[in-house]
Amino acid sequence: MFTECSEQLFGSSEHSHISCGVLGESVKPAAFEYRNSRDEDEVFDLLTKYGSEAKVLAGGQSLIPLMNFRLVKPSLVVDINGVSSLRGVKVSSSTLRLGALTRHVELETRPDVAQAAPLLSAVAPYIGHPQIRTRGTLGGSLSHADPSAELPAAMVALDATILVKGASEERRVQAEEFFKFHLTADLAVDELVVGVEIPVFGPNQGFGFREVSARFGDFATVGALAVLSVGPDGTVERSRVVCMAVGPKPIRIGSAESVLNGKQISPAILGEVAEAVAEALDPIADLKASASYKRRTAATLARRAVEEAWEMTAGRVS
Amino acid sequence: MEPVPVKIVCNGTAYQLQVEPRTLLADLLRSDLGSKGTHIGCEHGVCGACTVLVDGEPMRSCLMLAVQADGRTIQTVESLELPDGSLNELQESFHEHHGLQCGYCTSGILMSLTALFNEDKAPSESRIRDYIQGHICRCTGYQQMIEACVELSGLRSKELS
Repeated sequence: MFTECSEQLFGSSEHSHISCGVLGESVKPAAFEYRNSRDEDEVFDLLTKYGSEAKVLAGGQSLIPLMNFRLVKPSLVVDINGVSSLRGVKVSSSTLRLGALTRHVELETRPDVAQAAPLLSAVAPYIGHPQIRTRGTLGGSLSHADPSAELPAAMVALDATILVKGASEERRVQAEEFFKFHLTADLAVDELVVGVEIPVFGPNQGFGFREVSARFGDFATVGALAVLSVGPDGTVERSRVVCMAVGPKPIRIGSAESVLNGKQISPAILGEVAEAVAEALDPIADLKASASYKRRTAATLARRAVEEAWEMTAGRVS
Repeated sequence: MEPVPVKIVCNGTAYQLQVEPRTLLADLLRSDLGSKGTHIGCEHGVCGACTVLVDGEPMRSCLMLAVQADGRTIQTVESLELPDGSLNELQESFHEHHGLQCGYCTSGILMSLTALFNEDKAPSESRIRDYIQGHICRCTGYQQMIEACVELSGLRSKELS
């Protein structure tokens, strides 16, 4: 059917020309047109023109399975991997800015991310497996808005701002407002997540993250995150307590934060946090766990996450 | 749909291809480039059988469009054998430790571990486990694979010291 050629380099005129996949016997996604975009303007033009017929392809770790099952059948796939403006990690004194194309493996391994947002480095190893983390992107995970995914919950815990751009306007959306429902974010069909801004982790802060899953790397059955800011005397000044995989989106537990704010952590306070979480949640059962298991486990994980965050601040504030 | 021109280097051979956009990289490798060592299991990114190296990084070839491999270098399990056709040290260690039984998952696992051993000459057992856990094996079990890698890692760290 074809002949191999021996040239090891691209650009040789002696490549053999091969037609692939034309018989359609070995393809699974429904047919689509493919555009490999190089700049944002082209992406927005295409999204405006095609609307819901178009799908944006970044890491493809969620979209391509959906296409392989033909649950999603876009007529146009816009590949944004070549859009350089969507890349990059920038740290200023107060803000970490991550481009939408930041891969999970970068969150896991980059020292500047570990310094400015250590919670992200801590959650990244829980995202799928190494082969997924080399490919999957931050913007893709946030746009996909899976309530059992780590990054959406981490964005809420870190009070991140999601940078959303369309053909005509740019919007800044607080993470808490961005996630709406199962697999639904505040993102129009002609808009794109271009990046996020995260307040740089301070010396008076601590975080905790706990997750239970059937096997390491699987989607979380239940998870909890806590971020605390404490004053010089060890009083909690601000707190965020967020649970994941227990509702249609990452859920911030305001009542648990009210328990913490203005207090010093004690076993009694941690018990109250757990109670507040159990009270606030109304999970529904899924294939892996009953509603009551999810509620009880979330309460325990949230308590442990807060304790972990507290211990971290105790080590840092003195 | 209109085929798209794609240039890739696979296991040291350059190809210039015309690829229909919906072709998955796994299918291109198997059906069009004859790399039957790349196995297809679940086709939705769960089992890891189709893992190949793209520019040296492990990726699931069922979750990558062939057109996205344009300009990239692919390595499949066929690239692992030594020039004389014998097994490389990782494959040899799998052989010694009974790290495979039916062999279906093996090619993907070898490619993930190849990426690990390329990056880290003598990886720790926890890193080895981290790389294997992205794969599903239904017959051998994972323990012998871990033993194979731990031994190789041990041999390499002796060489390093």
